[in-house]
Amino acid sequence: MDGDICATATTPPDSDPARKRRVHGMLKLYYGLNEEGKTVDQAESMNPCDINGTHFDPEVYLNKLRRECSLGELMDQESCMVKQIRSLDSDMQTLVYENYNKFISATDTIRKMKNDFKKMEDEMDCLSTNMAAITEFSAHISGTLQDQHAQITKLSGVHTLLRKLQFLFELPARLNKCLELQAYSQAVSSHRRARCVLQQYSHMPSFRGIQDDCHAIMDKLAQELRQKFRDGGSSAKDLSECVELLLQLDEPAEELCDKFLIHAQSRLEANLRGLEAELRPPLSSGPTSVIDPSIGPARRLSAAPTAGSPTDPTSLGNPFLSSSSRTDILEFIDRGCNEFVSSLCLVIASYQELFVNRPQEGNLASKNIPHMAIGKLHAFVDAMATCYFSLVERRIQEEKSVGDNSLLVRALDRFHRRLQAVAKLLPGSAVPSQGTEIVVRAARERIQQYLAALQSFYLDSLRDVRQALAAPRLGGSSAGGGSHLAGPATGKDAPASLPELLSSLSASILNQIKSVMASVQLFTAKDITFSNKPYFKGEFCSQGVRESLVVNFIKFVCQSSRQFCESVGDRGGSTPPALLLLLSRLCLDYETSTITYILTLTDEQFLVQHRSPVTAVAALCGEAREAAQKLLNHYVKVQGLIISQMLRKSVETRDWVNTIEPRNVRAVMKRVVEDTTSIDVQVSLLYEEGTRKAHSSDSSKRTFSVYSGSRQQTRYAPSYTPSAAMDTNFLSNIHKLFSERIDIFSPVEFNKVSVVTGIIKISLKTFLECVRLRTFGRYGLQQIQVDCNYLQMYLWRFVSDENLVHFLLDEIVGSTAHRCLDPAPMEQSVIEVICERG
Amino acid sequence: MEDDAPVIYGLEFQARALTSQTAESDAIRFLVGTQSLKFDNQIHIIDFDDENNIISKSVLLHQAGEIWHISASPADKAVLSTCYNKNATQLLSIFVATSESRVVTCGAVWRMPPEWESGSHESPDDPHNSHNPQNLELLCHLDNSAHGNASSVLWEPMGDGTRVISLADNHALLWDLTESSTQATISSSATLEGKGQLKFTSGKWGPHHNCTQLATANDTAIRGWDLRTMSQIYCIENAHGQLVRDLDFNPNKQYYLASCGDDCKVKFWDVRNINEPVKSLEEHSHWVWSVRYNHSHDQLVLTGSSDSRVILSNMVSISSEPFGHLVDDDDLSDGEDNHQYDKSKEPLQDSIISTYEEHEDSVYAVEWSSADPWLFASLSYDGRLVINRVPRALKYHILL
Repeated sequence: MDGDICATATTPPDSDPARKRRVHGMLKLYYGLNEEGKTVDQAESMNPCDINGTHFDPEVYLNKLRRECSLGELMDQESCMVKQIRSLDSDMQTLVYENYNKFISATDTIRKMKNDFKKMEDEMDCLSTNMAAITEFSAHISGTLQDQHAQITKLSGVHTLLRKLQFLFELPARLNKCLELQAYSQAVSSHRRARCVLQQYSHMPSFRGIQDDCHAIMDKLAQELRQKFRDGGSSAKDLSECVELLLQLDEPAEELCDKFLIHAQSRLEANLRGLEAELRPPLSSGPTSVIDPSIGPARRLSAAPTAGSPTDPTSLGNPFLSSSSRTDILEFIDRGCNEFVSSLCLVIASYQELFVNRPQEGNLASKNIPHMAIGKLHAFVDAMATCYFSLVERRIQEEKSVGDNSLLVRALDRFHRRLQAVAKLLPGSAVPSQGTEIVVRAARERIQQYLAALQSFYLDSLRDVRQALAAPRLGGSSAGGGSHLAGPATGKDAPASLPELLSSLSASILNQIKSVMASVQLFTAKDITFSNKPYFKGEFCSQGVRESLVVNFIKFVCQSSRQFCESVGDRGGSTPPALLLLLSRLCLDYETSTITYILTLTDEQFLVQHRSPVTAVAALCGEAREAAQKLLNHYVKVQGLIISQMLRKSVETRDWVNTIEPRNVRAVMKRVVEDTTSIDVQVSLLYEEGTRKAHSSDSSKRTFSVYSGSRQQTRYAPSYTPSAAMDTNFLSNIHKLFSERIDIFSPVEFNKVSVVTGIIKISLKTFLECVRLRTFGRYGLQQIQVDCNYLQMYLWRFVSDENLVHFLLDEIVGSTAHRCLDPAPMEQSVIEVICERG
Repeated sequence: MEDDAPVIYGLEFQARALTSQTAESDAIRFLVGTQSLKFDNQIHIIDFDDENNIISKSVLLHQAGEIWHISASPADKAVLSTCYNKNATQLLSIFVATSESRVVTCGAVWRMPPEWESGSHESPDDPHNSHNPQNLELLCHLDNSAHGNASSVLWEPMGDGTRVISLADNHALLWDLTESSTQATISSSATLEGKGQLKFTSGKWGPHHNCTQLATANDTAIRGWDLRTMSQIYCIENAHGQLVRDLDFNPNKQYYLASCGDDCKVKFWDVRNINEPVKSLEEHSHWVWSVRYNHSHDQLVLTGSSDSRVILSNMVSISSEPFGHLVDDDDLSDGEDNHQYDKSKEPLQDSIISTYEEHEDSVYAVEWSSADPWLFASLSYDGRLVINRVPRALKYHILL
């Protein structure tokens, strides 16, 4: 407070702006204008001692001063107070003075303004009266002009109407003219413009007349259009124009579609008939009668090229020529493509242009025209394609000759390629897939045909081989009788032919397979459109070519070979044994190499991916080996049987009791040896020698002496007492104990020795069994001795184990001795002499 | 019990003829006829004691000649028939005397002497003990000198032993025997006609159709004959690829016939369809000489072959009981334990049950025992008779 006052007191009153503001603040306080800084004031104002506060209480203040201050201080206080009061008074004086001046000047200004406003008011009054006069004039003018304006507007409307009416009245004439000039589109557009109006005012007789006229004309026009549409000759553009106009004339779209398609159908059918005519065998009737008279001259023309050569007088009635002059399948397909498929594409394209792809102008047609039209088109194309496909399939089926596959493949390729155009034009159509199916079917059928061809080729080759085998034998051994010369003769003829036959047979079969594969491979060539279809990539190669063709053929070879063993009776039958031998070797070759080769070739050429299970090479080889074994066994059996029969007859038909003393080896034994020799030669042509147990040098002599020597002597030389009988049994049993059991009809190995051994075993065992059924006299026994000795001399060299021959011959002689009424054996030396004499 | 082991019996002579004693239903007994040109031929009566596994034999002399075929009367145990070659010594004498002789095979009916059974049993170990074997008593000759060599004599199956058929060359002769069998008269005959020298190799009298059918084999053909008219009913040409050696009728199934031959095959025929065999087996490696159906269980078929083997086959699929033994067996007389039927039993497949290799020479005859259906004998040329049993496992399988 003191500071404050002092500060105020010390500072000059006017100089400081802060002081000025302070003064203002205090004035404000005085006038109660203390809006701002209320909170501050409130704190201060509560103090009654604050001399500047509102709640200043002079009494309290005085008391306070008196109580607190000394006299001096009071004095100072008083003088300060006085100073302050004085300054305040002067301030007040200044303020009042200033305010007074301002007030005076304001009063002057107000007085001056009062005068000015008065003048202005007068002018304003004048202006408003003038404006009122102007408004009045203006209203007057517009009132006068209004009538004329309405009239002008009305006149202009009438003019327009009159122009329209004129168009209407002129319309029939105009239309007629258009009709005359064939400006159909102009006519249609004119009519379209007038149509609504006429429709609207049709209750008025005059308009009605016009409308009727127009209708008549338009009907005529429509008729004409339809006529044009129906006429085949019109070009596609004309046609499309026609259709468009007709559509604009509210002709039902469906009907138009139908008509269009029917029209197209007739043309396509003409194409099809042309194709069909080619299918028919031209020799069945005259070329003209083939043609349906209803088809007309156009058809006749198209048929002319085909019918041309058969009508040629030189070749007429020559079925061979006429059949060969038929178009080949490529031409046929070409023609089909060029005529039918391209027309079909054209039809599809123009149809789509007309009905499907047209912009939806106006609301002439209902929204679903494209939908309906597409449906119709699909049905139509399907129907036509079905006809076409059936023709194509018929043609393909006629393609039976397997000579040249490339033509067929090219034809199919073209067929397939052209159908892609249809696919492009008409997406979603079943036609291309059906076409592919046809191709697939054709390919499959082709494989079957090739298989059949291969099989018949194989059978033909076999027949040839058979004939070749039979030819040199015609005068030969099978004739019997004087066959002594025939044996060596066959032996001479056979060596030249048998291996050659085998190699030529096997080579020709292999070549045939290769050529067939080459033909079939055309189906998968890169440049063929359908070769990238999944069928041709996968199934065709693995199931088709590999399984159906190659594997089936190999199986067929094995099977047909096996049939030679089964179907023919066991009596040797009609199959020449040499053929059995040859086939056996063939099958064996197949097992060892050919099958693997063929299948590898197939897999390589066709890149077979074995997705589905395929026949394994090993299985096929097994089958071939089995066939080979069976054939060889059968060969042994047949040959053994032939010799057996000779031996059996020779034993059975002779009266062994009353026979004469032997002077010769019986002819039949020579025959046996000869036959065995020729068999040996025959087998050695095709089969390797095989192993045999080592035999000593000069086996025939040495073993011969053993054979007829001590052992044989002990067997039947002693007088036959019961104990001796026991002895022989005993000896024989001991012998058997140490020799292995002999399986007579047992499988043989694939070598010459084994085969010939098998045959000899069968023959000698038969001999033994036959001997046991007979009773012999002394000379009977001796004859058998001679015979066996002879056989011994010659047969040992053929067999794998000469002991086998010894044993069997031993058995024969032993059994004969048992069956002999008077067993007096011949001297060994005599036997030898007889045998060597031959 | 090691009773599956075979029992072997050796004869001194070679032998081809074997039969079971058909009329005997208690004892297991086989008759074997020997073939010897030099000595008196014998008929060995071989009894087999099943329980002790012992063979006992009796020998009867058959002095007429070597025996090619033997068969026993179905009615009288003591009566049997043989086909034999005339005694060799006689032949020899003729031969020596005239240098002109023929081997003739005859048929005859014999009776065994009544004492053989009681007196002359002896151990097989002691063959030389039979110093005085008894002779067979000749009842009658089936005199066929007009008809050629007899190949076999067939008794009427299950008959009263008064009717026999003899096959001689190309004739089939039906004989009526008097009650005592001492006289035989030809009641009818049939002749095989055709080109060439036809000859019956074997035959069988069918047990079906009231025993009115006969089946014969000649060369590769099988023929059926009706005995009432003595005319041919059917003919299976080329039944086998080569000679047909033997035939047998299925005892339980009409029309079914088994045959075997030189083509190593055994074939089963339904004679109503002669174009093709019902079944064909090719197990032997040489000629099959004999085929026999088991009398009670006709799926069991026995074959003997000159490959020295005997094969027992189980031909279930064409037997009279293809699904196992379904009917309760009344015929089981041999005191088997009561068996429970095993319902889940699988039918057996056709198979070879067993191959018996005890023989070392050609087996020309096999025969089932008439008393024990599980027992059979086989005879090889070297005189070895082997008695075998059906394997136990199979036997129970069939029975249970």
